[in-house]
Amino acid sequence: MIPASAFFILAALLFVLGVLAFFIKKDLLTQFMAVEVMLNAGNLAFLALAKTLGKADGQAIVLFVITVAAAEAVIGLAIIVLVFRQRKSIRTDDLKDLKG
Amino acid sequence: MAEYFWLIPLLPGASALALLLFGRRLSRTWVAWQASAAVFASVILSKAAFLHLARTSDGASGLSKTLLPWIASGSFSTSISFHLDELSAVMAVVVTGVGFLIHVYSAGYMAEDRNHSRYFAFLNLFTFFMLVLVMASDIVLMFVGWEGVGLCSYLLIGFWFERPAAAKAGMKAFIVNRIGDAAFIIGILIILASVGSASFAVINDAPRSGLLSAGLVTLVAILLFVGATGKSAQIPLYVWLPDAMEGPTPVSALIHAATMVTAGVYMVCRLSGLYAASVPASSVVAWVGGLTAVFAATMALVQNDVKRVLAYSTISQIGYMFIGCGVGAYAAGMFHLVTHAFFKSLLFLAAGSVIHALGGEQDMRRMGGLKKHLPVTFPVFLVGALAISGVPFLSGFFSKDAILTSAYAGGHYVLYGLGLAGAILTAFYMFRLIYMTFYGDERTPRAAENHIHESPWTMTVPLVILAVFSALVGLIGLPVFFGEKANLFGRFLEGVFGPAAHHLALSTETVLVLAATLSALLGIGLAFIFYRRSPDVPVRLADRFPGIYRLLLGKYYVDEAYDAVVVRPLVRGAELVYEHFDLKVIDGALDGSAAAAGLAGKGLNVLQSGLVRDYALAFLMGAILFLGFLLIGAP
Repeated sequence: MIPASAFFILAALLFVLGVLAFFIKKDLLTQFMAVEVMLNAGNLAFLALAKTLGKADGQAIVLFVITVAAAEAVIGLAIIVLVFRQRKSIRTDDLKDLKG
Repeated sequence: MAEYFWLIPLLPGASALALLLFGRRLSRTWVAWQASAAVFASVILSKAAFLHLARTSDGASGLSKTLLPWIASGSFSTSISFHLDELSAVMAVVVTGVGFLIHVYSAGYMAEDRNHSRYFAFLNLFTFFMLVLVMASDIVLMFVGWEGVGLCSYLLIGFWFERPAAAKAGMKAFIVNRIGDAAFIIGILIILASVGSASFAVINDAPRSGLLSAGLVTLVAILLFVGATGKSAQIPLYVWLPDAMEGPTPVSALIHAATMVTAGVYMVCRLSGLYAASVPASSVVAWVGGLTAVFAATMALVQNDVKRVLAYSTISQIGYMFIGCGVGAYAAGMFHLVTHAFFKSLLFLAAGSVIHALGGEQDMRRMGGLKKHLPVTFPVFLVGALAISGVPFLSGFFSKDAILTSAYAGGHYVLYGLGLAGAILTAFYMFRLIYMTFYGDERTPRAAENHIHESPWTMTVPLVILAVFSALVGLIGLPVFFGEKANLFGRFLEGVFGPAAHHLALSTETVLVLAATLSALLGIGLAFIFYRRSPDVPVRLADRFPGIYRLLLGKYYVDEAYDAVVVRPLVRGAELVYEHFDLKVIDGALDGSAAAAGLAGKGLNVLQSGLVRDYALAFLMGAILFLGFLLIGAP
């Protein structure tokens, strides 16, 4: 039996990995993937909690998150494609027109 | 019908309102007739009320009518109520009568003006306010009328506001009157504070009942008189009246000769109880009147604009009325007011007829020889000139004589002398005007000469009616040697002013009448020599005494002096305030707060780099801080 804390540690590692990837990488697509990693780290934490507390709430939230993530991925990828068509680049350092 | 006397002011008022609202949509003829008809109805009503009072004249209290409660504040209350006694009835008859004739005259004079309906609306409105002033039963409502006529005067002087001179003259009249009115308001406030009632009956009784101390009576009377010097164009506030001639001529006749400018005289007569109780205030009234009478007459001697001669003449004649009031002969002052209303409006309207005939020419140096072109205007003008000069048996003779006799009888010999000197000057400048305008060579430019024409009947008929009145109206106030009871006018007003104070020996009176007659004839004779027989005399005189001539022509440089002492320091002060306060303090505060907002924006601007990573970092830091706070703060 794997202890619950292992799930939490894995979730935390995944989340930190996502954060680091987001800040280290400079292209939009990879950063987007980092965001997906963070989302799934969150999902894993929810599932671990659902199991330790013996309630189904956490599983229900995970289903929601997966649905929302799918929709968000569609829109996010579409935006990235359109930005690339416009700018011939998806480097976030090039996309800084909205500065004060 | 007399009980409907309260409609006298309301009818022209209603007509004015209708014309202001719908005037543009009505036909020109309808506008003129509606305005005249409203005033004519008032004429009928005031005549009925006048006759009613004349029949029941036994010192009774007259007609009263309260329309609405108005101000109720603490122990003080006043209502909108009209009162018609002998004094206000005389004024009402004069205002409506002369006003009606001038409305009819205007129908011809203003027929071609673009803003015909606006003109008649203002004229009606003026009549309304003037009648409110006259018939008000308390001083607060009188003040409403007083300001109302001032407003109408402003509107009508500046009627042709597209001419800068007219717009300026209107403002000058309004501002100069404000100075007098400030004193007038203070006077009213002192009355309200110490007497506690605005009603004329109570105020006139205040010196006797002890509500006003002697010093306060003098103060109030003088403050109110300062208001009168503004409205009635006396020294030192007369400067607006000559400029007011920029308005249409019928307006000059109605407002700036016959009615509004005499409001000050009426006010003094209305409050005769107050003035009679204060010797110093009465002296101030008499002396200001006496000095103005001569001072203004000397300025009339050298003017070349027909209407300006008449304007200075009006100032001078109102001076006479104030002499009468100041020496206690209120009935004589009112009598001159009535006769003056007729002959001066006649002179103005006749001058208007001349100006109309010459297509707008007002300079007498470009007139002359008009006698044969204007067969109606010339004789009526002559009647008016003879009447104002005081030629025997015309109206001005009786009224001026009544004032001078009263001054003499009261022992005011210097004032009498001033009055007599003024009478010579009056006759002189009036006949100078006649000789320069109607006699001599024709100096009109050729182009104008071709269409010199007599005026239409709407203008000439009022002239003839006024001429008849100017000639005959004096007969209501015959001097004492036509019999003790010959002075109908004086006896009619005895209910208001009490019986006449002074009586002179018949022989003295005869001498005074002769002196007055001789001075009138002397003035006319001098004018004849100067401007008819040897026209080079005035030129030689002007060359001989260039200083005096320039001083008169420059109107004693009073306007310039006021400009230097009052107007320019005020304007300069306003400019200084503008430069140092408006520009620096007010604008500075506004600009400063705008700059502060801008600086703050620039400072915060650094945070917005446009880089997603920076925002995400801020987000992360925030999340960590929040979590840390939760974790540490939890226990």
